[in-house]
Parts: sequence; structure tokens; C-alpha cells
Amino acid sequence: MIKEEKWELRLYIAGQTPNSVLALKNITKYCKEHLKGKYTIEVIDLLINPQLAEGDQIFAIPTLVRKVPEPLRKIIGDLSNEDKVLVGLNIRPLSD
Amino acid sequence: MGKNIQETLLKTPTGISGLDEITNGGFPKGRPVLICGSAGCGKTLFAAQFLVKGITDYNEPGVFMSFEETASDLTQNFKSLGFDFEKLKAEKKLRIDHVRIERTEIEETGEYDLDGLFIRLNYAIDAIGAKRVVLDTIESLFSGMENTALLRSEIRRLFSWLKEKGVTAIITGERGESSLTRQGLEEYVSDCVILLDFRVIEQIATRRLRIVKYRGSTHGTNEYPFLIDENGISVLPVTSLKLDYKSSTEIVSLGLPALDDAFSTGGIYRASSTLITGTAGTSKTILASYFAMSSCKRKEPTLYFSFEESPDQLERNMATIGIDFKQAIQSKLLHIHASRPSLLGLEMHLMVINNLLAELKPRTVIIDPISSLITIGNSSEVRAMLVRLMDTLKINQINALFTSLTHEGHSGYNSSALDMVSSLADTWINLENEERNSEMVRSLLIVKSRGMGHTNNKQDFTITNKGIHFTSSSKKTKST
Repeated sequence: MIKEEKWELRLYIAGQTPNSVLALKNITKYCKEHLKGKYTIEVIDLLINPQLAEGDQIFAIPTLVRKVPEPLRKIIGDLSNEDKVLVGLNIRPLSD
Repeated sequence: MGKNIQETLLKTPTGISGLDEITNGGFPKGRPVLICGSAGCGKTLFAAQFLVKGITDYNEPGVFMSFEETASDLTQNFKSLGFDFEKLKAEKKLRIDHVRIERTEIEETGEYDLDGLFIRLNYAIDAIGAKRVVLDTIESLFSGMENTALLRSEIRRLFSWLKEKGVTAIITGERGESSLTRQGLEEYVSDCVILLDFRVIEQIATRRLRIVKYRGSTHGTNEYPFLIDENGISVLPVTSLKLDYKSSTEIVSLGLPALDDAFSTGGIYRASSTLITGTAGTSKTILASYFAMSSCKRKEPTLYFSFEESPDQLERNMATIGIDFKQAIQSKLLHIHASRPSLLGLEMHLMVINNLLAELKPRTVIIDPISSLITIGNSSEVRAMLVRLMDTLKINQINALFTSLTHEGHSGYNSSALDMVSSLADTWINLENEERNSEMVRSLLIVKSRGMGHTNNKQDFTITNKGIHFTSSSKKTKST
């Protein structure tokens, strides 16, 4: 058995904008495919909690933050490029 | 568009000494202002002073959004200028938000916007009711992100958002090769653009400020020297004073009764300026010292700028002809400030003079010799500085006396400088040493004196251990 790894992801959005909706849809899809059962996605809407933007150094929306595993990584944009997201998050495809 | 800020152009005081004079009241209220300049020209300090003075002097809370330095670095850096960021933060008057953009930990994929930045800024502004905002330096975004076209449109959106928010904002930008800022931010900030410049002229560092654009407002168009010292930035609005000072009719003595008698009024007007010219060794300093002593005798504080002799040397030399500087210094009436003219730039000298004027509040100021200041700048700068200095002295009702070294045979070397001083001076006295019958004779001539009659002939004098003695009696030739 490979050591149990867990991905803690945070998606920062600002209201239900097309980019944010798309980003959430994309990351959920990638995680289901590659990280089944080993991930959590926390969605933070900065319109509701603006004070949380400073802590994770958020300036672009949407921003996906990988809190765990370390080191911290950020991917900004609607996450439409799957390869870039997977590489960015250090997720190796499960298949093969 | 927000509110009715478009209708009349209200101004926000900048908190930078001298700048409000040039801009006729400050920055455009509720609008973004672009401050650009190369590295080390003082942009961040400029912005910080705008915020801190806004809080302390005008009760306008401020947000400092830094894209470069961390909050603790900023706090540390400005401590020496007396800007207490910690205290202002604790009082909820200041918020510092450091936006850190680490390219190595960021990937970009697909569409995004800068709403995160907007939200952070909005949150910071609303938390303390900020009226002033600084973005230093927003161009850092470009080095951290790839999609420059998107950044540009987002920055444009940010500036109009700031306007709608009604905050007066300073945006700093690094000087570009062919444009004012590297990313051409000046295209987006159309209201007010200020350029800071730092250059070295003849080994003397000079800082200059120019208002490139100020829509809807009159402003000075010159390059203005500015200084960074322990009080922060001050701009010298060299030519902005108006000729509206009061003219005194009170008469003060030059310190020598015989010389006073040469004027129909028995002395010169208070707060007038006197120029004493002469070649080397014609006793200009002695005449200046008499004037200083006459001021001290009236119990009026006197400030003596000596650019050639140390206070000690001056004191010793004057003692040999019976002028007691020592006692005047001890009684705190006379303050001698000696420095080498070449040590500082022209505007630094002017600033030192201004600071001492504010500190000591003298009634009489002597600059001995002003010609040594003239040698350290180009003539247009010097002229502007002299005009400014004389106006400052007049406005403060200070008696001024300048000595100026001239050269044998009126060589062209500093005759233009002499021209400018003499046209500004109210009274001009020329001293001469000439050979008559194989004897060196000292003489004095009043070249001009505004608003009073004076003798028109040369008066011979000698210098003994008791001081100056006139040997030919003065006659009143003009009005009595």
C-alpha cells in the first residue's frame, strides 16, 4: 500500500461569477477522477468573508490554494487546463 | 460614475511641505494620482508621508497597500522619520496590507480577474473609513503574472473603482525607458501625474519634482527641487511666492553711526535686504559684523551664516577690531552657522537656512558671502533660490545682509550672479581698496538704496583695533 496522502484544497471565489462556477466544476471533476476519497475542497466566498483574502495572499479570483500537502501552491484562473492544474497540484494520475 | 466629484475640483492637502503651494491646494480629492520615478527617487517615502500626514494633520485615515515591502519593513524604514506606523495602526487610522506575489508558487490557467485585490482593498478601506490610499508599486503585478493584457484592463478597472470609492489615491510607478512608467500606467491615470527625479550634477545629488499633468487645475510647471531629510520630503516652491509682503517704515542701524548718516533716513528700512560687494580684503565681513552687532544691541536674535570662516575664527578676528562676538554668542543673541558651501547642494543650503529660520526666529540674517553659494549651482537655479530666500526673509520681516565677492576688473566670472543679487537687494554698498599716492585707501560707496536718499560720494575709512573709522565726512546730497 502507498502511504495515505490527503489533499486539502481551498477555492477562493467572489460570488457566483462564471469563472468561479467553472473553476469549482473543473476542480471537483479532476479530484473525483484522480484523488477519489483523498481530498477536501473548501470554497471561500470573499464577498461573504473578505477578511480571509489577506491570509492566503489572494489577489486574483478564482484562486485554488493547495494547503496540504506542502509546499503551498496556488493556481489562478478558471482551471480549464487540466494538465496544468494536475501538474500544478502535483497530482499524479491514478491510472497505470 | 460616483457622486458629484466631477463638478468642482476639490483638493486634498498632500502633507508634503511646499507641494500644496505648487498644486494650488493639493491633489485632486477622490482621484488617483500617479507618482513615477526611477528606483531610489523617493516614491515610497512620498506615498508614506501623504498617508501619515493625512492621518496626523488632516484626520484622514489611510490604507497602504504594498506590493514590495512587507508591513514590518515599512514600519522599520519609516521609524527614523518619526512615522509611527505601529501607533497609527493601533489607533485604527492606518492599515498596511502587503500583497505578496510569488511567481514560483503560482500557476495561471484560464480566465480570472483581480477581484481578490479589490475585495482586500475595499475591506481595508471600510474597516477604518480610509480617505487616502497608496498602491506601491502596482506594477509588481506584471512581474508576477503572465497575462499582461488582462492585468492592464484590471488595473484600469481598479483606478476607476478607486474614483468611485471616493478615495484620494497615490499609485507609484517605476520609470520606464520611453514612457513615464514601465507599464504605461500614465495612460490610465488621467488626472494628476507627478514625476520624481534624482540626478547628480557636479557631484551634488539633486532631487527634482515636476507636475507632468494636472487636469482641471493650475499648477507650477517648473522642476522643483525637493529634499529628503529627517522631516521627510519637502518641496521648495522656488518661484511661487508673491510680492505681497508688508513694507516696514521702521529704520534700523547698520551698526556704524557714520554709515547710518550717509542715508537720508539715518539707517536702512527694517526687513530690507542689503548687499555688500567688494574684492578680496575690502572688509565686507567686518561691515557685516557691525550689522550683526547692531541687531544684537537691539536684543534681536541674529543668525550669521559663514561660508568661509569658522565661528571661532570669526570671533577671534572680530575681537581684534573691538567687535565682541563672544559676548553676543553667550547671550544667545548671535548664532553663527558655519559650513563649506560645496558640502551640500544649493537646495540643501536653502533648507538648512529655512530650518534655522524656523528654529531660531532671527530678526536679522547675514549670509557671508552669498557668492560662494552662487558658485555651486547654475545661474537659473541660483537666481530662483535667491529670490525665494529674499522673499522668505521679507515675509518674516527679517533684516538681511549679504556679502558678495567681486573680482578685480569686473571679470565675467560671477558678474551675472552679482547682477541678480544686486537687482534683488534694496541697498547696495560697494567696498574698494585703491592705491592713492602710494597708499592703500579703503573706501565705501552706496551704489543704491531703494526708497531713501543717500550720499553719492565715496567715503574713505580706516580699520584700527577699535574698528572702522570714516576719514572723509559724509554729506547728504539727496533729499533730507
